[in-house]
Amino acid sequence: MRAFLHRIGIGSLAAAALLAANPAAADTFKIGYIDPLSGGAASAGLNAQKHILFFADKINAEGGLNGEKIEVLSYDNKVNPQESLIMLKKATDEGARIIMQGNGSSVAHAITDAVLKYNERNPGKEVLFFNYAAIDPPLTNEKCNFWHFRFDADVNMKMGAFGDFIAKNKDIHKVYLINQDYSFGKSVAAAAHKMLAEKRPDVQIVGDELHPLQKVQDFSPYVAKIKASGADTVITGNWSNDMLLLFKAGKDAGLKVNWFTYYGGGLGSVPAIGKDGVGYLKQVTEHHKNVLPELLPDEAAFEKKYTEKSDEMYYWRIRNMFALLDAAAKKAKSNDPVKLAKALEGMKLDTPLGPMEMRADNHQLLQPLFVSTLSDKVKFDVEKSGLGFVTDEKIDAAKTALPTTCKMIRP
Amino acid sequence: MKELVTFSLLNGVVYGLLLFMLSSGLTLIFSLMGVLNFAHASVFMLGAYFSWQIARWIGFWPALVVAPLACGLVGAAIERYGLRRVHRQGHVAEILFTFGLAYVIGELVIMAWGRNPIENRVPAVIDFAAFQLFGTSYPFYKVLMMAISVGMFAFLYLAFKRTRMGLVIQAALTHPQTVGALGHDVPRLFVLVFAIGSALAGLAGVIGGFALMTEPNMAMNLGPIVFVVIVVGGLGSIPGAFVASMLIGIVQTFAVALDYSLMDLFRPLGWNVAASGVLHDLATVKVAQAAPILPYLLLVLVLIVRPRGLMGTRET
Repeated sequence: MRAFLHRIGIGSLAAAALLAANPAAADTFKIGYIDPLSGGAASAGLNAQKHILFFADKINAEGGLNGEKIEVLSYDNKVNPQESLIMLKKATDEGARIIMQGNGSSVAHAITDAVLKYNERNPGKEVLFFNYAAIDPPLTNEKCNFWHFRFDADVNMKMGAFGDFIAKNKDIHKVYLINQDYSFGKSVAAAAHKMLAEKRPDVQIVGDELHPLQKVQDFSPYVAKIKASGADTVITGNWSNDMLLLFKAGKDAGLKVNWFTYYGGGLGSVPAIGKDGVGYLKQVTEHHKNVLPELLPDEAAFEKKYTEKSDEMYYWRIRNMFALLDAAAKKAKSNDPVKLAKALEGMKLDTPLGPMEMRADNHQLLQPLFVSTLSDKVKFDVEKSGLGFVTDEKIDAAKTALPTTCKMIRP
Repeated sequence: MKELVTFSLLNGVVYGLLLFMLSSGLTLIFSLMGVLNFAHASVFMLGAYFSWQIARWIGFWPALVVAPLACGLVGAAIERYGLRRVHRQGHVAEILFTFGLAYVIGELVIMAWGRNPIENRVPAVIDFAAFQLFGTSYPFYKVLMMAISVGMFAFLYLAFKRTRMGLVIQAALTHPQTVGALGHDVPRLFVLVFAIGSALAGLAGVIGGFALMTEPNMAMNLGPIVFVVIVVGGLGSIPGAFVASMLIGIVQTFAVALDYSLMDLFRPLGWNVAASGVLHDLATVKVAQAAPILPYLLLVLVLIVRPRGLMGTRET
């Protein structure tokens, strides 16, 4: 009996603790973060989660959004579109006003459709969708909607940045495209074809490969094919394990090509290519650690807070996303999602790396982009590898803008 | 072209041999105990993590020995304290047990080493070029991988066919009571077999760890293909597992090199598929894109045409 009472005691204590936490939760501004937190792509999802918590805390430390503290609710979607929709339902049920997601354009397509439907059916309880990494172009073109905002440059914008670079580099003659077999990978391949036809019609495309997404264990067969094609340059949108393993196989086979990558600086990839990538590995991003002579204050604070080896500021765009959210809340003097969205449209902000602007016509963020190359002579290295990126070229925000087919319908 | 064929063949053989290292232990356990061990790939993963950890303490060569031994101990413990108790409830309970165990091991690995891939690079002592081929150096660790795998095959084959122990083990599978009545300790025999099977998986993990990538999902990624190998080869047949591994390794590797689609096959026959629609999408899929599903296609074909596998002795 005593043990029984004891157990009840503990149970009610736990319940009381939960209740105690809840009243506070009632007046927080909830953000639903839906991304892979387990499974193959978890490393990316968990890394971005740290960024989101970091910048939410920063706003909270300064008093929150119009006095409301931000609370981040995390949901694991295992990069699965169906699972994401269940998580979206959960997030809206729990009162999330903004959904944040980035990994996988297939997931982003599912979420943007579902958010559109949800908002039509629930006037007065709208939610916004902040996309920080799904860069399939249709999301801000034919599939755009008022609730979706993208904070990363899309496939075509990044390819454009490479294009200017490749146009000038006359050593490039034979290009091999290798991408993941889904909407994003196909977009990269299509963008590369278009870019090369425009800027370097003399360049020969010697291969156009699509491989299964995050399923290949050993890229040696693909590397053998790249070598046999005589390519001097590879363009790839591969991310996470697909990037890392491709590098690894290339290193084993002594593949010496210029790598034009979207995510070659992502977690684990630089250590995988090692010194072989020096001078060869290029990426286009909105930030890298040597973008300014000194670490940015946010970067330094981030590395002080998270101390694991892989904890480095990678998603500068998440910083931009929260800066814009904060500014929009101040401008709207309200945390109502519809008002926030209207305030965000056309909003311009200065950042340490130059001005940025949220386009009103398609909700695509324009921010400075950097083409950079791996080097062994850097001040700040990636994942303690002794290697880091140096800027080849900076493209100002305004120059990254592309025409859009978006026909925005506003409430 | 010659270069592509040579390298594809080499890559296929290396991949096939790795598959064999993984599946030999599984097929051994199955043939002797009738247990389909879903946790086998998890032990492989443990081998990769153990070797990385041990190599940091005492170097690569000792780790190559110690890590498989540790995996063997884990295997022995699984049999002695888990499977043996579950065995009384029959095969379904055994399968559920190993299935659950795979998840438990996966979570334990995440707790111990985290979710991100660890930096399991090729150890410096074996990170050099073995020989030159078409002006490219071929890494020594791949040669080592092949040597270990072939050695493993020879060891298993001989131990099975040529030693007294092998004969007793084989007899224990079909007639455990008789073997017991003859004075052999059958339960101990089972522990031993499970330990050897697990140690082989661990050894595969040591090599596979840096050849592929050491991360908590490696077991789940390789698990299905290993089952394909043992079913195609014939459940319980070690030569069968060897042939099936090589077949799958080489087929998959060469498929990647082929940029042909069904469309190219039909075109000379004067049959053109409509420019859009599902049929068109299907017809334009290149062999290279379909490479990863080929093993599973092979699995289905084998189950239809020859259910006992290439070299198996009984129906699957």
